[in-house]
Amino acid sequence: MILFSILAVLSVVFSLLVVTQRNVVHSAMALAATLFVVAVLFLTLNAPVIGVLQILVYAGAIMILILFVIMLLNPTSIEARPAAWWTLGSLAAAALFIQFIVLLSRRPLSSAGPPVPDSFGGPESIAQSLFTDFALPFEVASVLLLVAIIGAVTLAQRQR
Amino acid sequence: MMVDFAIVAAKAFLVLFMVLNLAGVLGWVERKGSALIQDRIGANRASIFGFAGMGLVNTLLADPIKFLSKEDFIPARGDRLLHTLAPCLALFPALVTFAVIPFGDVLIVGGRDINLQVANLNIGILYIFAMASLSVYGIVIGAWASNNKFSLLGGVRGAAQMVSYEIAMGLSVIGVIMVYGTLEPQAMVRAQGDLFWGWLPAWGVIRQPLAFLLFFTAAVAETKRLPFDAPEGESEIVAGYHVEYSGGKFLMFFAGEFAEVVTAAGLVTTLFFGGWQVPYLLRDGFHFPWGDALPLAPLAVTILQVAAFSIKALFFCWLQILLRWTLPRFRYDQVMRLGWKMLLPAALVNVFITAVWIVVRERPST
Repeated sequence: MILFSILAVLSVVFSLLVVTQRNVVHSAMALAATLFVVAVLFLTLNAPVIGVLQILVYAGAIMILILFVIMLLNPTSIEARPAAWWTLGSLAAAALFIQFIVLLSRRPLSSAGPPVPDSFGGPESIAQSLFTDFALPFEVASVLLLVAIIGAVTLAQRQR
Repeated sequence: MMVDFAIVAAKAFLVLFMVLNLAGVLGWVERKGSALIQDRIGANRASIFGFAGMGLVNTLLADPIKFLSKEDFIPARGDRLLHTLAPCLALFPALVTFAVIPFGDVLIVGGRDINLQVANLNIGILYIFAMASLSVYGIVIGAWASNNKFSLLGGVRGAAQMVSYEIAMGLSVIGVIMVYGTLEPQAMVRAQGDLFWGWLPAWGVIRQPLAFLLFFTAAVAETKRLPFDAPEGESEIVAGYHVEYSGGKFLMFFAGEFAEVVTAAGLVTTLFFGGWQVPYLLRDGFHFPWGDALPLAPLAVTILQVAAFSIKALFFCWLQILLRWTLPRFRYDQVMRLGWKMLLPAALVNVFITAVWIVVRERPST
């Protein structure tokens, strides 16, 4: 519980930093820190594979590409944020917050869930469900990634 | 409870102590090795009493004193916070990766089983790659925070190179994972204790020779050392991503590079060279294929295993230093071509062949 509180506060603080920082690289680093803290949260919730993949894919690959693009373009000054988007975003966030509060107040929260089998969240159980129950979504997702790769290559060639 | 905690703390301290000190020793070995290969007298300024051993001791003392007493320079228009954070980000992944590398079998002391590994994770290999993927941050952030065009060029080169070689490295290990059927480094090392035809140790390099070559190449590329040091490239971009670093922060980049060398050596040993396995050594002593047996005490067996792991790891550290002073630097486009057009397809072919081999072997009759 103490660990969860620390991680929760850290993730909220870093998420706020992502939005409030004026420097793009600072924002990106705060986002990377947020992703890392969320990965640790996954580790504490009996989901080690998801946690490690979170670091590997989001913090290690996607954020690096974002940083790469920022470094190549090197934006010195950021364009002013239009007030309309600011309000819309804040309204959407507030609506989501109220929705969560309503939903959580309806159901009593209990810390004791059903017992979790030992293999839960391990590589074997995730592989089992990926290749049996969720074989079709898994394959569809890989086709989607392939389409994205081919699309990227085509776009890059057209510009030449 | 307290004892368990103390044991984990002791193991973590031991591993960090060994890796950091070995990083320091390698800094001296590298200078001596370069002198040896370039046929000159080298690294003898600190040999105060004239013999080589003192050179090592004095270098280990003189290096930190020199680095820590230098001015810590931060470029005027650089980013103070990130400039300071970057060396920490560079050192951190190299040090924590060693947590899942087993340096010995289970040691039994006073009825307590001590696994000679800091953390036994059932996702050990994934953890290694997750931490390796974080090592890009140090150079990218350091390069950007320096506000220097040479730094930035080095950082961009480094990011592209490391992301590219991570893919080849990950795919080359998939064949190994398929053969052993586990992601746990300790279980992989145990599986390498088998013998082929009763005499040949079933080490990873014998089961997966192509994967070893690919993995070692990619691991050397990940350490950003010659022949893959385009991110530093002295003749083109001064010193690349750490051109604006001095003093203690440069020492951290420097130590991080050697810690990566040690970690890469430990990984190659664990995955492909049997980790702590000594050929024919079982838990109760040697059992030679010609029938002889030499019983040994459990403690002696453990010491032999830890020694075997250390010797193998040191060999690969030395091999990396030898490579660094033997091969010239690849051009940037050559680095990219090797990574994407040679290593990646070869790793895919290796995965395919391994899969076919496993399927054929499991159904010999049909």
